[in-house]
Amino acid sequence: MKCNKCAKQATFHITDLTGDGVLALHLCPDCAKHYLQTEDSEKIDASAMSSVLGKQVSPLNPLSKATEEMQDLDSRECPICGISFYEFRQGGRLGCPHDYVFFSEELEPLLQNVHGENEHVGKQPKRGFYDTQSQTELIRLRREMKEAVEQEDYEQASKLRDQIREIASKGVGE
Amino acid sequence: MSMEDIVNRCGEWLRGTGPESDIVMSSRIRLARNLADYPFIRRCNDIDKANIESTVRERIVANPNLDRLNFINVAELNLLDRQLLVERQLISRELANSEGARSVAIDEPEQLSLMVNEEDHMRLQVIKSGFDLDGAWELINHLDDEIESKITYAYAEQFGYLTACPTNVGTGMRVSVLVHLPALVITKQVEKFFRSAQKMNLVVRGLYGEGTQAMGDFYQVSNQVTLGKSEKDLIYLVEDVIGKVLEYERMAREVLINEKQNDLFDKVSRAYGMLRSAQQISSEETMHLLSRVRMGVSLGLIGELEIPDINQLFIQTQPAHLQKIHSSELDTDARNIERANYLHDQLKLDNGDDPQVN
Repeated sequence: MKCNKCAKQATFHITDLTGDGVLALHLCPDCAKHYLQTEDSEKIDASAMSSVLGKQVSPLNPLSKATEEMQDLDSRECPICGISFYEFRQGGRLGCPHDYVFFSEELEPLLQNVHGENEHVGKQPKRGFYDTQSQTELIRLRREMKEAVEQEDYEQASKLRDQIREIASKGVGE
Repeated sequence: MSMEDIVNRCGEWLRGTGPESDIVMSSRIRLARNLADYPFIRRCNDIDKANIESTVRERIVANPNLDRLNFINVAELNLLDRQLLVERQLISRELANSEGARSVAIDEPEQLSLMVNEEDHMRLQVIKSGFDLDGAWELINHLDDEIESKITYAYAEQFGYLTACPTNVGTGMRVSVLVHLPALVITKQVEKFFRSAQKMNLVVRGLYGEGTQAMGDFYQVSNQVTLGKSEKDLIYLVEDVIGKVLEYERMAREVLINEKQNDLFDKVSRAYGMLRSAQQISSEETMHLLSRVRMGVSLGLIGELEIPDINQLFIQTQPAHLQKIHSSELDTDARNIERANYLHDQLKLDNGDDPQVN
């Protein structure tokens, strides 16, 4: 793969998370160096994630992936909300809570770069919270219920509604 | 709660009270929260959005501990009223301009605001006048607990509160302090402050988040990182930097008074004079001049005005506020004339004398 800025071979693959979306850049070592330095000194508006990301990008960076691998990754779709990793990279917004599980392998290095950490420290919901599975199940059931209603299959819809109620009533470990 | 009520009252962040309020306008904390059982906003259709909005509204209205919150249906507001809420910092531009079911709940003193269906299902916000992040945290933490007692949030042990954008995940918390730094701008030291804030992973933006161009020498300082640090630690991080900025701004003001007294007095009185005598004036120029007058007031150079008076003028001369006060829609030229009239009226002395800068 060629560098986005010159004709040399690209060896740096940088994923920048900006306010508007995710920017994927493929650069040769020289251009990467220039890009990252420019980011550091000229970008006063730090609202872009790039400067934070830039400082930490290195050849060992887990975000630097071979192109083929990137394409495979891009086409994976979350079974719950249907968003692909490519769509996430374009828009910078995830589709549902399950994406954090489904894309966790891709997201963890990104979170590490943005936040310098990948584990939450701090407040937790007082009542506890749904485990990941119930959370996912609820979103899936709601989706299926909506489809059932659209197809006027009210029997199925009411079954699904009961299932939703059951999970919701079990609550969150109160 | 009507829009007219809002226009005619002061609003928490303009009150000009609280610690360090000569330099710190307001301390603000927001929390991003999502419902556990819905997709994030970008994957919601109109029905999902309507369901989320009504679920949140009904559960909050049913909680007697939250009865101070009044819901405003943003989808039904006209452009001017939405703009008014943006100027007031009660809703974001994103919420004002998006589509589908969406609302905001606010309390009378305008300390609390809860946006529904913005980038996340819920955005909780608390504003306190002056430098009071601890007070803001106490309020928002309580508000969050009350909401959470009735609504199950999307949360995972490893990642914390799950948000639509991974840049907000974890605490979902953004701490921002709005500071007025005219002396650092005049002495050209404000860039230095940007760089040191950036090194601490903080973001510096203008009043309405409009990039680096800060109108009226107002800057918002906020945290960038939301994951892997506790809420308290994020607050300390911002507090620490603001503490230093306050020191530098005061030093710069001291230098101006001691070494450039004539220049300083000249700048302040010219600004005051122009605000009182202009026949037409843009919003940007008004902000710029009010900034100088505000500094003059806090240095005791203008006796007849106080900080809250100036804060009030800052907000009332914003385009949507001006049109609401005038009770009609005005184009840019008409607004510039109306703004000059308004300033003239507000800054007129009771005894008809010319004001003195002393």
